[in-house]
Amino acid sequence: MSKELICLRNLCMAFDDETVLDSINLDIHDKEFLTLLGPSGCGKTTTLRIIGGFATPMSGDVLFDGVRINDLPPYRRQINTVFQKYALFPHLNVFENIAFGLRMQRRSASGGRAERIPEAEIRDRVMEMLEIISLKGFERRRPDALSGGQQQRVAIARALVNRPKVLLLDEPLAALDLKLRKDMQIELKRIQQQVGITFVYVTHDQEEALTMSDTIVVMDKGSIQQIGTPEDIYNEPENAFVADFIGESNIIDGLMIRDNLVQMYGRQFPCLDGGFAENEPVDVVIRPEDIDIVPEEQGQLAGTVTNVTFKGMQYDIIVDFRGFKWLIQTTDHSPVGARIGIKIDPDGIHVMKKSAYSGMFGDYSSFSDEYDELDSAAVPEDPGEDGHES
Amino acid sequence: MNRKLARLTIPYVIWMALFVVAPIVMVVIYAFTSAEGGFTLSNFTNMEIYGVVFLRSFRLAFVATVICLLIGYPLSYAMSKEGPRFQRLAMVFIMLPMWMNFLLRTYSWMSILENNGLLNQFFRSAGVISLYNRLSGADIQFFHMIDTQGAVVLGMVYNYLPFMILPIYSVIIKLDHSLIEAARDLGANSYHVFRRVILPLSLPGVLSGITMVFVPSVSTFAISKMLGGGTEMLLGDLIEQQFLGGAYNPQLGAAISLVMMLIVIICMWIMNRFGEGEEQAVML
Repeated sequence: MSKELICLRNLCMAFDDETVLDSINLDIHDKEFLTLLGPSGCGKTTTLRIIGGFATPMSGDVLFDGVRINDLPPYRRQINTVFQKYALFPHLNVFENIAFGLRMQRRSASGGRAERIPEAEIRDRVMEMLEIISLKGFERRRPDALSGGQQQRVAIARALVNRPKVLLLDEPLAALDLKLRKDMQIELKRIQQQVGITFVYVTHDQEEALTMSDTIVVMDKGSIQQIGTPEDIYNEPENAFVADFIGESNIIDGLMIRDNLVQMYGRQFPCLDGGFAENEPVDVVIRPEDIDIVPEEQGQLAGTVTNVTFKGMQYDIIVDFRGFKWLIQTTDHSPVGARIGIKIDPDGIHVMKKSAYSGMFGDYSSFSDEYDELDSAAVPEDPGEDGHES
Repeated sequence: MNRKLARLTIPYVIWMALFVVAPIVMVVIYAFTSAEGGFTLSNFTNMEIYGVVFLRSFRLAFVATVICLLIGYPLSYAMSKEGPRFQRLAMVFIMLPMWMNFLLRTYSWMSILENNGLLNQFFRSAGVISLYNRLSGADIQFFHMIDTQGAVVLGMVYNYLPFMILPIYSVIIKLDHSLIEAARDLGANSYHVFRRVILPLSLPGVLSGITMVFVPSVSTFAISKMLGGGTEMLLGDLIEQQFLGGAYNPQLGAAISLVMMLIVIICMWIMNRFGEGEEQAVML
């Protein structure tokens, strides 16, 4: 991967004695799409604001291209931000909104004088941006005459026209509806590849993070839980928090008998993990789609179906294995009350070290509640974090 | 549902008709009526002798409005940057004089500005007057402050300043802070943030502040009477004389009121055109 552009070193931050960031260390590479992912209040927005220059860390350093920029005001950083609610200037039209940054710029001309950017160049660059965001012909519109998606794209253009090295995006899609959000995810990724700069993206939406990112940083309670590619994060979660936050997971108490052999429910399952002590207690993650349903007598485990939900592509079924409820996604219908067996391939089992999060996640006993929670996570507002960090 | 709610507006409509529309209609009728009751335009044609009063009224009101703006805007802006406790306290102090009766407030200025008033006594004991005499070679016992146009403007500024501060302050305080952050993010320094974002977005407050100071200043009569000593007659005094004073001529008074109203409306219209595009531009 390319060189580091931004380095965060031991960043700490607290509001009113409440720790918001606890020793954050992170390298952001040139031209990558990096996502800070976590629930509200995890510190992701604060991290972004520190990079943008809107908050000063209590301790620790922010390095940009190897230079410490802790005390550099926002307007002197080669970083631009797309704000959560776009923050377009309501008194300026689309053209002037995008041109704003260019009109602020002074560059050294011959003889050491500071010189404005000529009007013709401003025009060209704004038009170029309008093309990139496919909003040609909207120059004279006021922001309030634009749809949410269009405002969003103007906000991106306004930030990009300054040719920053890094673009920060603070939950930019949160206010859009689902369909538009999906389109904009692809659009954003395309824009990032087209302009070829680093994007640092903040979201609480794991699906958004998986779709767009080169690197995902999972945060919770002011600490980084895991850094990795979307595949790493999904397939090899570091702890129960990450496993639960990204996608659906059944997390079961296990015992690592030896390398490649883990014990759950008193049964031994072959797996592909190693590096644990003998008989070390572990958390075992099994993704709902990695479980095969077989007749009861052929299964590695047997349980009772307690709930079936038709999801279109698959059925979500909840199966009770000795009091612990699993979520299984399958294309085969099994009626409620049926006894079924399951088989798990060794590569469907992921073993994690025990952590502070052990035992907190991964049980689907309160299945319906769980889904309510997922729904509410899609609601754009997250006042908890806003209240703190704005 | 809607119809039921609509019925709630009936008392308001009646009130407006009785106490707003009807008086204006009466003023218009009076303005075009002669003392004998026939139609006439002479009330208007006779008005030119009062041109100097019109000019003086509008000039003083204009000066007072400008001063209010010069004091009010920076004050509102500075206040909005302070903590909420300071803001509440400052608000109380700004509103405090308004809890006092208007006439009483103006009277107190009389005793402050008088030839033997508080201010002159202070100047005398502080040696300012003798210093002035020595420097200029004059021989005065007091500064002449009361019964001047300056005193009238001072009275206007003092009485109407809160009407400038309140609308400006409430617009500035409601500015979305992320707009300011966005401007800073896009390379604007403090001056440009103010010039390009805060000032244009607070224009609606400025416009309604100007309206709320200018209109009562133009038509005031108590202030000029008390602080101008009646020598600097303003439109308000003139109109009052026609209705209540010795010059009893309500038809002429109505005509003057009407012309003044028209001029004010034209002023406000021009000003609102100037701020066009800014939402909430208020026309009072």
